[in-house]
Amino acid sequence: MTTIQAAAIRIISAGMFLALAVSPICAQTESAKLKKDDGSVYDELAKAPKKAAARRNPLENDPEAVEAGANLFTLHCAECHGATAEGGRKAPSLRADPVRRATPGTLFWILTNGVVRRGMPVWSKLPEPQRWQIVSYLKSLPSAEASN
Amino acid sequence: MQKIASFLYATRLHLSLVLVLVLGGMASAAHAQESPYIVAYDHYLEEPGNLELEYFSTFGTQRGGNDYHAFWGEIEYGATAWWTTELYVDGQTTFNDSTIFTGFRFENRIRPLQREHFINPILYFEYEQISGADKILKEDEGHDVEADYAVPNALARREHNHELEFKLLLSKTFKGWNIAENTLAAKNLTGGNPWEFGYAIGASRPLALKASAKRCSFCRENFVAGVEMYGGLGDRHSFGLHDTSHYVAPVVAWNLPSDWTLRVSPGFGLNDNSHRFLLRWGVSREFSGFGDMIARLFGRQKP
Repeated sequence: MTTIQAAAIRIISAGMFLALAVSPICAQTESAKLKKDDGSVYDELAKAPKKAAARRNPLENDPEAVEAGANLFTLHCAECHGATAEGGRKAPSLRADPVRRATPGTLFWILTNGVVRRGMPVWSKLPEPQRWQIVSYLKSLPSAEASN
Repeated sequence: MQKIASFLYATRLHLSLVLVLVLGGMASAAHAQESPYIVAYDHYLEEPGNLELEYFSTFGTQRGGNDYHAFWGEIEYGATAWWTTELYVDGQTTFNDSTIFTGFRFENRIRPLQREHFINPILYFEYEQISGADKILKEDEGHDVEADYAVPNALARREHNHELEFKLLLSKTFKGWNIAENTLAAKNLTGGNPWEFGYAIGASRPLALKASAKRCSFCRENFVAGVEMYGGLGDRHSFGLHDTSHYVAPVVAWNLPSDWTLRVSPGFGLNDNSHRFLLRWGVSREFSGFGDMIARLFGRQKP
């Protein structure tokens, strides 16, 4: 093995352990940033394209959609948004007025695309009907004031 | 005597993996929605702050040598919504030979685009430090052929490889179907080896797209089925399909509401250079809030 190869291997190994050490800190920094910028979190809703925002929920008349959506919310969303969508350290309340005013299509668009730079992953890995079930659940929630 | 030593070594390796799973249990469990692929990657990264612990096994038939059981553990962490980092530890038992630790791999997957697009790219970087006895076949590259794996462990483990691997992962999900295509380029830093190339493609779909109103283990939406195909594409000096091996493998994943995912995949060699049969299975568990747990260990207060 040449000196250059040996040096490359040492640099890669050092970088690897540095990355392992830094990665949990990155996650923490992102969530702290979110907390700091909390007021503008809902600006993302306005970025939904008009066509996407205008989409109707195909499951709005499905009597089981809210219950199924509640289960999906507990499984995938409650960790960050809180058990009853009241918001948490990592993610904002989904009972706030901007979310309540948002169209089902807008919520579906946010779920599909995530808000990656603020720490929300894309959820297109959930099939479309499941994302609409989550939207049905969110639309069924009372406002933060009403639930207080 | 050697068989007893091999058995004890394998037992220690497996116990270590179980211990890692138990330690991971200190964080709260999260429901997994995992793809069924074992070799191919889609464009979905680990959720930020989540830790996933995985164990995989590959049983492989070997012409001109002894059959083997290769196994590996994975620790996967979602550093951010656009960066997932992962550490692998590999080992193998060759029947009538020995059980050995074969090395480790460190991979990173980065999402360059913020939103979903028609096709979604992910950049993949891996560094691996493995011996020539590594048999997990996590990817197939260059002119890898079945005969390479027939070398006895005592000889094969003398070869040390330091390899850099780059992949472009392309994936799309449409009407419940996920289609993934991975292109691989790898360079062994030891010796004057040329760049080697490989591919993996996959397609999968949940058995049902709507979720049931009640939580259940055996509901169709918890099962994802598909197929993957992977193989080598030669190297810089001789690019192409000659002297390469290729596999096709049906894949099934069962995402349990109790936070575990089970995967099974029987693989079949497509040409004479390939192992005739590979049986893979894996078990994984995802834990949310691992990043928060680490932060609390270093003094951050609970919100």
